[in-house]
Amino acid sequence: MNPVNYLYLAALLFTIGASGVLIRRNAIVVFMCVELMLNACNLTLVAFSRMHGNLDGQIIAFFTMVVAAAEVVIGLAIIVSLFRSRHSASVDDASLMKL
Amino acid sequence: MENLIALLVAAPLLGAAVLLCGGRRLDRAGHWIGTVLAAASFVIGAVLFTDMLGRGAEDRALHQHLYSWIPVEGFQADVAFQLDQLSMTFVLLITGVGTLIHIYSIGYMEHDERRRRFFGYLNLFLAAMLILVIADNYLLLYVGWEGVGLASYLLIGFWQHKPSAATAAKKAFLVNRVGDMGLSIAIMLMFTTFGTFAFGPVLEATGDTSEGKLTAIGLMLLLAACGKSAQVPLQSWLGDAMEGPTPVSALIHAATMVTAGVYLIVRSGAIFNGAPDAQLAVVVVGAVTLLFGAIVGCAKDDIKKALAGSTMSQIGYMILAAGLGPIGYVFAIMHLVTHGFFKAGLFLGAGSVMHGMNDEVDMRKYGGLRKFMPVTFLTFGLGYLAIIGFPGLSGFFSKDMIIEAAFAKGGTEGWILGSVTLLGAAITAFYMTRVMLLTFFGEKRWQPDAEGHEPHPHESPKSMTIPMIVLAFGSVFAGGFFSIGDRFVHWLEPVTGHDHGHAPVSATTVTAATMVVLVIGVAVAWVMYGRKPVPVVAPRGSLLTRAARRDLLQDDFNHVVLVRGGEHLTRSLVYVDHTLVDGVVNGTAASMGGLSGRLRKLQNGYARSYAVSMFGGAAVLIAATLLMRAV
Repeated sequence: MNPVNYLYLAALLFTIGASGVLIRRNAIVVFMCVELMLNACNLTLVAFSRMHGNLDGQIIAFFTMVVAAAEVVIGLAIIVSLFRSRHSASVDDASLMKL
Repeated sequence: MENLIALLVAAPLLGAAVLLCGGRRLDRAGHWIGTVLAAASFVIGAVLFTDMLGRGAEDRALHQHLYSWIPVEGFQADVAFQLDQLSMTFVLLITGVGTLIHIYSIGYMEHDERRRRFFGYLNLFLAAMLILVIADNYLLLYVGWEGVGLASYLLIGFWQHKPSAATAAKKAFLVNRVGDMGLSIAIMLMFTTFGTFAFGPVLEATGDTSEGKLTAIGLMLLLAACGKSAQVPLQSWLGDAMEGPTPVSALIHAATMVTAGVYLIVRSGAIFNGAPDAQLAVVVVGAVTLLFGAIVGCAKDDIKKALAGSTMSQIGYMILAAGLGPIGYVFAIMHLVTHGFFKAGLFLGAGSVMHGMNDEVDMRKYGGLRKFMPVTFLTFGLGYLAIIGFPGLSGFFSKDMIIEAAFAKGGTEGWILGSVTLLGAAITAFYMTRVMLLTFFGEKRWQPDAEGHEPHPHESPKSMTIPMIVLAFGSVFAGGFFSIGDRFVHWLEPVTGHDHGHAPVSATTVTAATMVVLVIGVAVAWVMYGRKPVPVVAPRGSLLTRAARRDLLQDDFNHVVLVRGGEHLTRSLVYVDHTLVDGVVNGTAASMGGLSGRLRKLQNGYARSYAVSMFGGAAVLIAATLLMRAV
């Protein structure tokens, strides 16, 4: 199968993720869309790795996963505490830097 | 001997300090302290003078170095005095006439409760003027120069409760400041040109200096002299200065203040000798003022203002003579000394008349006073004869010399100057005769004043008449004494130099011409004021008369050109400041404010709008990267 198709898929996923971040208000969905964008990037990295025949891209993909894992931990913690204080998960409700 | 020089100044300075700081406990003795210290200064001057006469003409100058004032590398200012023949002449005139005026003031100011302060100021005036004439460098001269300005301000405005006196004092001070500016610029120019401002080195170095620089210094010195000596165009303060008590007028006009300008020019003779253009300017200023003052003097009904016009005119003679160069320096000083006698006498006489007439100054309300004030009439009359140049009296010799020197300048210039001085002599004869006729002759014209007090003209007390008598002696004999055997010329020649010039007409012809114009002036005055009764209310008069009553429109000129012009200038500058300068500043601030107001809206706190910015930014970056790669 032509590896370029993976790139198209990655672009599609990235676009979906980006539009989700920009359009959706629910913090959880925004968060998942961010994950989608990260994974779209991973897909590109792996696809390029395959196309160029070296392992650089795959190694960077590992780094991305580690960063994404850390981000999930912190991000979810923030969302949970926001929800506790405001009883809402809408990002637009958290427009002030105070409670 | 040279150690005595500082005492000349110290005596009146001590008097000023004691009287002004001593407070009311000195009220009863203040006038005596002031007079005695002024007299002490005169005695010291006389001692120094006899000592000076005992030495040869070449080593008569004395020097005293008191202390280093500003000792800086490359800039040495010393408090040092120099007493040569020129300074000596001034010292004797200032302290002599000054002491007489002090004595006169004891009587004149008897009923003034601030008499002690008045004598303090008089002493300060003498001290400042003495510093001016015995300084050995221009910077110390400047100290005296400013001191004279200060003392004149205090004295002209002595009756400060009168708004007119306060204004006159302010006017005198401000006009003098204009001249002072000239002197300070001249001193700065001297320092940059010669590296020093001591008389000796500066005046010796003039030979190796370019004419342009000398002309610049000369013109600045002339501006200074115009301010202090009330010469056109800085003459406007002199008439108003009559607001001060009469002894002050006598002091300003005879011994101190107005003579300072003549001294400055004669002292700086070497500079002017090397700058013919500056000399020409001096002569022109002198000639213009000579006629200006004389014309103003003809129209004034206020006896003091008529005399003030006369002073302006006589100082014009001196400035003119000083501008003639070595031909005229000696005669400028000689006329200054004789003028010091008769003008002080005339002013003290005028003060005596006012004293007897309830301080009335309008000559049209005098008349026939010779019977009531015989001593004043006699001394004033001798002063009058001296100033118009009656043969044998002081003014005859000194003025005649100046007229001769003006002709001796040579060429067309000589003829013009000679004619101007002759014309001035005629007008002098006219206005002084007018003063004399209006005051002492004719019918009595005085009337009860506003409160119904009939004036009772009476002779003044001894303390006032004695100085007048002494000055009358000076007015009569000084000129002849100086002229016999050219005494005065030989006395001053080592300092100022002397040159006979080339007279196109003989001295006898000039004297004859002077006599003719003198007779014409007196005759015209007699026809106008002596033959028929004088109206108490001044007639409307011709256009020239009305202009002369307003000081030939000098104040109107200053008002229109300087005051209005200055107002317009400042207004336009304020306008430019408001619109252009402030406009740029305020415009920048406003546009920054507007811009930040717009930018602030971007910071709305919505995470999604930040995300849009990030995507937009990233898109722009990627687009730019791709574009660069494509190129």
